[in-house]
Amino acid sequence: MSDQEKKEVSRRDLFTKIGMMLNGLAVVILATPVVGYLLSPVLGGDRGQYKRWITLGELDEFPEGQTRLAKFQNPIAGVSDGETDHIPCWVRRIQGEQFQVFAINCAHLGCPVRWFAQSGLFMCPCHGGVYYQDGSRASGPPPRGLFEYQYKVEGGKLMIEAGQLPTLSTTASLGARKSGCQG
Amino acid sequence: MPRLKSIADWFEQRLQIGRAVNEALTHPIPRKSASWWYVFGSAALTLFILQVFTGILLALIYVPSAAEAWNSLQFLNHGVTLGWFLRAVHGWGSNFMVAVVLIHLCQVFLFGAYKFPRELTWVVGVFLLLMTLGMAFTGQVLRFDQDAYWGLGIGASITSRVPFLGGPLVHLLLGGPIIAGTTLSRFFALHVFLIPGLLIALVSLHLLLVLKLGINEWPMPGRVVRRSTYVKEYQEMTHKDGLPFVPAAIWKDMFFSAAIIVSVMACAWFFGPFGPTGYPDPTIVQTIPKPDFFFLWLYAMLALLPPSVETPALLIGPVIVIGFLILLPFLSGEGEKSWRRRPVAVVTLLLVVVALGTFTQLATYSPWSPIMNAWSGDPVPVEYLNGRSPLERQGALVFQVKQCRNCHSIGGSGGKRGPALDKVATKLNHDQLVRQVIQGGGNMPAYGKNLNPAEVTALVSFLETLRPSNQPAARDASQAVLTEKERNRPPANGR
Repeated sequence: MSDQEKKEVSRRDLFTKIGMMLNGLAVVILATPVVGYLLSPVLGGDRGQYKRWITLGELDEFPEGQTRLAKFQNPIAGVSDGETDHIPCWVRRIQGEQFQVFAINCAHLGCPVRWFAQSGLFMCPCHGGVYYQDGSRASGPPPRGLFEYQYKVEGGKLMIEAGQLPTLSTTASLGARKSGCQG
Repeated sequence: MPRLKSIADWFEQRLQIGRAVNEALTHPIPRKSASWWYVFGSAALTLFILQVFTGILLALIYVPSAAEAWNSLQFLNHGVTLGWFLRAVHGWGSNFMVAVVLIHLCQVFLFGAYKFPRELTWVVGVFLLLMTLGMAFTGQVLRFDQDAYWGLGIGASITSRVPFLGGPLVHLLLGGPIIAGTTLSRFFALHVFLIPGLLIALVSLHLLLVLKLGINEWPMPGRVVRRSTYVKEYQEMTHKDGLPFVPAAIWKDMFFSAAIIVSVMACAWFFGPFGPTGYPDPTIVQTIPKPDFFFLWLYAMLALLPPSVETPALLIGPVIVIGFLILLPFLSGEGEKSWRRRPVAVVTLLLVVVALGTFTQLATYSPWSPIMNAWSGDPVPVEYLNGRSPLERQGALVFQVKQCRNCHSIGGSGGKRGPALDKVATKLNHDQLVRQVIQGGGNMPAYGKNLNPAEVTALVSFLETLRPSNQPAARDASQAVLTEKERNRPPANGR
């Protein structure tokens, strides 16, 4: 009798284990698309896919020797973005076709820097970061100068390569200074 | 009445939880624990229920879309009957909840309640604190205004400092390459589904542990916790000299919870809802983002940490703090519970409270931020111009126009980023002023490229007038000694 009981129990045991394994398998199969879905912001943005060349404006909108606020529509936009995909930047036309296009975001923590033409400084309202007119750090907590967009002049228009929020680690693919891409 | 009883019996016959509920309600607690010091946990729970309740009501109107959220908040404020009040209750409820949870943490820490056998209760509590803060931050994001937008930028910038994984993590946080619609959607999911779900689960676990292990006894100096004897001692304490939770202690919980709810409603009624501030359009750069009250300390620390230690402090600091909180009951699971016998614990807590309080207080007026419109908004005090030469007055003009005022105050108004300049001439002489203006230094930008020599001359001559009449101007002592010697030296052809 005891033998038979053991047998029955182990049979149920086996089915329980198989049941657990089947469910485990189902979870793994389900998890794959879930993980892919969750990681889509990362996988979609790899290798500079977020960057596009976009037009900022005609050259004569930017007088020589001045720094002006320009706005552009982010090349990657969603259906529910509202105004949030309208991105500002500071355009400094040094002379001729020589430009510097700075991100609005302070290199410290991303707050919007403001340009003061009289003193030739960018000041950040959050933690007091200050930059010179060429974007280099003047004082305060920023660890580096302002982020710069790649630019080119084509057909009398100023174009920049943009598409993602510049931060300390997303700047390289944006400004592409380190990776050696050229504008 | 008999009908009510028969209905109750009908349910009881099926549910069979009456006895368990009764046991839970009347579980014995130590006599001295029926104290006003033990009301904060239940108040936090009450506030959480209030937040869930008002949150659901707000969700009837709120639209979690970057294009619509701000407008739906305006509609709640102005277009829906008492919508403003519900927003205010939810906002103030959030502040009260963070405050009460923090007070609860301090009380439990001071009373040594995390010691054996309540280690797990404490650890779960640490996660409840983190989730409460998470709710406060994600809630601030849902109030999708300029503060929320740039607050997300700050969050992304902090995340970007993680080595190697920074970039992908930023995109994961934002749900895309920029702060936009998908960002708000994921913070909505966090705030409304994920974190509240976890909170409900962990609050239940927290409460279950309190019931299973019993409420912490009032700590007495000399009554030492030992793993081998504690459970027996606690049983004796509660059974020989204990009181049933209902009704001995619960009335205090109920009184305090009611007082808290009334306070939240009073704040909501008199102070109104929080924001929303400006429309979340990043091209409006004339904005001064600021976090909500309970993140002001962080805002201050981010301004005051030296740049070189900022990244390690941001990334390692939280790990150390949270790690310490989680490990605390395992490092000090036995021993004295009374704060009278735990001076290190008391001093540590005081230090943390004073530091966070100071940072918060500093952040309310953020002296490290330039005042962006001081140069055009604050006039030079008249007495600083009276009887001055044309050159000095020209210097005052340079002082204003070159935005010096944004960082330096005179006459009590202007930025506090740099030192006030009302007495600068008593500290720096002419040459030092010229050098400071042109070369900067000590956290001041160099103005050499943006001031011509005439402007520097005018500015410095104005700055040299900035001293009280009863204090002498700064002078170069070594130079004075030299000129003195020069004067006393007999002429070379003296003979």
